Parts: sequence; C-alpha cells; structure tokens
Amino acid sequence: MTTPVPVEGDLLVILRHSPHGSSWLREGLDAALVAAAFGQSVTLLFMANGVLALAKGQQAGPLGQKGTAATMDMLAMYDIESLFVANDALAEFGLAQQDLMLPAAGLEAEAIAELMAGHRQILTF
Amino acid sequence: MRYGLLVKGAPYSSQAAHSALRFASALLARGHRLERVFFYHDGVFNAARLAAPPQDEPHLYDAWCALNAKHGTQLQVCIAAALRRGMLDAREADRHGKSGHCVEPPFELTGLGQLIDLGQEVDRLVTFAP
Repeated sequence: MTTPVPVEGDLLVILRHSPHGSSWLREGLDAALVAAAFGQSVTLLFMANGVLALAKGQQAGPLGQKGTAATMDMLAMYDIESLFVANDALAEFGLAQQDLMLPAAGLEAEAIAELMAGHRQILTF
Repeated sequence: MRYGLLVKGAPYSSQAAHSALRFASALLARGHRLERVFFYHDGVFNAARLAAPPQDEPHLYDAWCALNAKHGTQLQVCIAAALRRGMLDAREADRHGKSGHCVEPPFELTGLGQLIDLGQEVDRLVTFAP
C-alpha cells in the first residue's frame, strides 16, 4: 500500500477505542460531527483498537448498545471524507482494505506525525 | 495567552481533574487567562454539586467553583454526555420529570458546539483525560 500525502485541516480527531465496551468512540465521533457542522474541515485518524470502527458487518451489541456503524455512515453527509487508518493497527487485527466499511487511507508512523503537524487542533478519544 | 481546558476524566476516579486544576492554577499564576473549562465524557461528573469527599482530600468541586469566582472561568458541561449519566440541572430535571438535580451554576449544561467554539477562540486548548 502506498502512503498518500497527509492532508491539512482545522481539526484532527484521533479515535483509539473500539465500537463497543466504552463510549469513547461514540463521543469522539460526535465531536467530529459537531465540528463539521460548525464549518471546520475535519480529518479522522483511526489508531489502535479504533480501527475496529471501520470493520464491515457490525451490529448493535447484545447489551443494547447502539454501536457506531450508523454514525460512520453519516460522516459523508457531514463532508467528513478525509479518513486515515494506522497500517500497524490494521495488520494487528488482520484487517485489509476490503474489510473496511469506508475508504480510509493507510498511514505508516512517520506519515501520522505529518498528519498531526498539518492540523491546527487535535482531539483524542 | 488565552487557554481552554477539556476535562474527560471523572473526579477521584482518575488524575485528570486534579492535574487540570493544578495546570489551571499554574497558568493563572503566570499571568495567562483561562477562558473556559469544558467537561466531556466522564468528566461531566466534576459538575456534581453533591460531591462530599473526605476532609483530608482536595475538594475538586469547590476548586472548580473557586476558579469561576476568582477568575471568571466558564464551566461548561456537554449536555448530551451529562444527561445520559444522570447529571441534570433544574431545568432538565423538570423537563424529564425527575425530582432532584445535581448541576447548578457556576456549571452550565451546553452543547458540544461550545467545545469546538472554544478550540477556535483560545490560543491553547489542553486536554486532561484518564
């Protein structure tokens, strides 16, 4: 996979938690949607367990959690189309691009540093 | 410089609120200004007016209130994160038919948009998470 040139933007939201088990991912996505609704250019970076948010075929949890797949589907509607994923985390979970529900460009560690440097503000969830 | 803080840790469960308060006093001592503290995720529990910690521990709720009284720092709580965790002010308690409330001024329930707004308004927005 070739590493694309990282983009610049107002806000980088880094998502490091999986869809179920905590509310971190959901509350992080909410912050991204609100920022986009306020007219900011928002970039998402999925790292560590957060890459599981991109896995296809998700359902609501057996405990009645809503999950985050529906929110992920709304990203395009909010013009959040700049999505990146950490290659090492994808590999760790045995995921490939065809397993992802949305197109997200894979980044190596050095490119992640560039992506962070290109944004005025970073929120981590 | 103008600062904003984002607090995402519950009081006494993690170090987040303790560290945020110490950072706040340090920056104020250096002559900077602290515009607003925004509470999100489990950080919303910092707004619980009924907090009653043992007397030999820092009283975090009182410390937040003192920050507001002495320096005019706004204390804003994400309403969506607060309501689902049972953190209601008098107006929301009434609206949801609940008999009590645990959020009152100087804390205010507000939308997540205020966090985004804060990020644009200040020179530095610093996060304190568990």
